Amino acid sequence: MENNTAIKITALKKIYDNGFKALNSIDLEISRGEIFALLGPNGAGKTTLINAVCGIVRPSSGTVAIAGYDNIMQYREARSLVGLVPQELATDSFETVWNTVTFSRGLFGKAHNPRHIEDILKRLSLWDKKDEQIRFLSGGMKRRVMVAKALSHEPEILFLDEPTAGVDVELRKSMWAQVRDLRETGITIILTTHYIEEAQEMADRVGIINKGHLILTEDKNDLMQKMGKRQMIFVLREPLAAIPTGLGSYPLTLEKDENGDRLILTYDPETENDISDVLDNLKSQGIRPKDIYSYQSSLEEIFIKLVEAK
Amino acid sequence: MNIRGIRAIYVFEMRRTLRTLSQSIVSPVLSTVLYFIVFGSAIGSRIQAINDIPYGAFIVPGLIMLTILGQSVSNASFGIYFPRFTGTIYEILSAPLSFIEIVLGYVGAAATKSVMLGVIVLLTAFFFVPMHIAHPFWMAFFLIMTSVTFSLLGFIIGIWADGFEKLQLIPLLIITPLTFLGGSFYSINMLPHFWYQVSLVNPVVYLVSGFRWSFYEHGDVSLMTSVTMIVAFTIVCLIIIGWIFKTGYGLKK
Ligand SMILES: Nc1ncnc2c1ncn2[C@@H]1O[C@H](COP(=O)(O)OP(=O)(O)OP(=O)(O)O)[C@@H](O)[C@H]1O
Ligand SMILES: [Mg+2]
Repeated sequence: MENNTAIKITALKKIYDNGFKALNSIDLEISRGEIFALLGPNGAGKTTLINAVCGIVRPSSGTVAIAGYDNIMQYREARSLVGLVPQELATDSFETVWNTVTFSRGLFGKAHNPRHIEDILKRLSLWDKKDEQIRFLSGGMKRRVMVAKALSHEPEILFLDEPTAGVDVELRKSMWAQVRDLRETGITIILTTHYIEEAQEMADRVGIINKGHLILTEDKNDLMQKMGKRQMIFVLREPLAAIPTGLGSYPLTLEKDENGDRLILTYDPETENDISDVLDNLKSQGIRPKDIYSYQSSLEEIFIKLVEAK
Repeated sequence: MNIRGIRAIYVFEMRRTLRTLSQSIVSPVLSTVLYFIVFGSAIGSRIQAINDIPYGAFIVPGLIMLTILGQSVSNASFGIYFPRFTGTIYEILSAPLSFIEIVLGYVGAAATKSVMLGVIVLLTAFFFVPMHIAHPFWMAFFLIMTSVTFSLLGFIIGIWADGFEKLQLIPLLIITPLTFLGGSFYSINMLPHFWYQVSLVNPVVYLVSGFRWSFYEHGDVSLMTSVTMIVAFTIVCLIIIGWIFKTGYGLKK
């Protein structure tokens, strides 16, 4: 462990055979031990980026170094360190769980180690299914089998391409917990997701990719501060000329349109807030909202904002 | 060399073979028996011996070739096509394996199955015709080399194919005619001069000839010609596969 960089991507470009530019000169550095979430809408290039790092897509230009090893020139050293759980479910239906995980370990040239495989299967709640053929498992179990395969060779870096796609809420929560557990064991994790909530839940750092451009990479907390904007909207019964001076201490704005007037409170969910305090004050000013609802900027809007800003 | 990786692929493929072994054996054994009944006994009894070899015995090497050519191509092409089709190929591509190692695993397993079937057909033949193998070493050489070479060819087809139709078309359209016209059931010396010349571009002629020579010390071409041709064919297949992995053709996007 001579230095702290797990992955270093430099000027990575991918143009598919049909001429489509999927990646546009990506530069990205990921540190050891961090959980990095790659966020982006459908078709942004998340899978392409991961596959280019893992040797499944051939980059058109640029380089990828994994723990300092070039992923093409020194592919053996580089790939040995990496585990991949792809986006699409792809399993060998007729193999048993035990055999398929053992197979994966063998592919990576690691000596047979039943103890390790047992440990993984137990951790992923697959132990009682170990002799079952994969075709008899549910979709969520299959996804966990793919995680088990990716962990079978004790990788230092794990890629999870949409680990929670098609997974129910409960299982999603348990996946999040498992990802955090994995990080405890020192593994660097790169995951992709559509859900900002998921990134918020798990990641240390977030990268936002759109149309093959990495728009920004930021520490999650900083990003949430910037983008995790919440609003409380008070729909008013009667028009209001201006925000009463008595309410001046709150970050309120007044909006008017054909649906009537609304007072909008923009606040930071991370800090202390007392909405009832605002309500009391409104009341004392004689303002009685007929409706109150909260609003949180969606990932969609954040994207639009970010893309427009570029 | 990632020996464990090769072994993992080999074991995986052999498990697949063993799962379907009974049906893999039944079909070639059945067709061999039918060939013996029709060509060996019914028609064969009216056909004069070729180079002093009774017709029933004469066709044995050709029948074995027929089986292993077909089996090698279909088994190896399916072996690599299927993971491409289901998407499980991602794991092979992301593993620290060189192309030689991947080929050794897949082609090794496909060739093993072919050799097994070749031996089974040979044993079946012993029930029908009295035979004696003059050069067991050369017999094994041709059996193994043919299995390997045509498994390599099957591997290439499995990477080239982009649908199940193509996967089945090639064996049907190319391998079967080449085998039937390759002297499995006759000596190409029996052909008119023109067709004899045409036959010489058919690689199967050299395989059948060398294989038959190992049984009866009599082939259509010399032993060394057969050996040279099969080695040349193997090298051509390896070059194509090397190119496939270098460019990622059919495997990587
Ligand atoms: N083999 C291919 N040939 C041509 N274009 C491709 C190929 N694979 C992907 N693309 C295109 O590249 C772009 C990026 O695809 P990619 O799969 O990387 O997106 P993604 O961010 O993973 O999307 P999703 O969230 O839907 O998984 C898409 O526009 C897609 O259509
Ligand atoms: Mg994707």
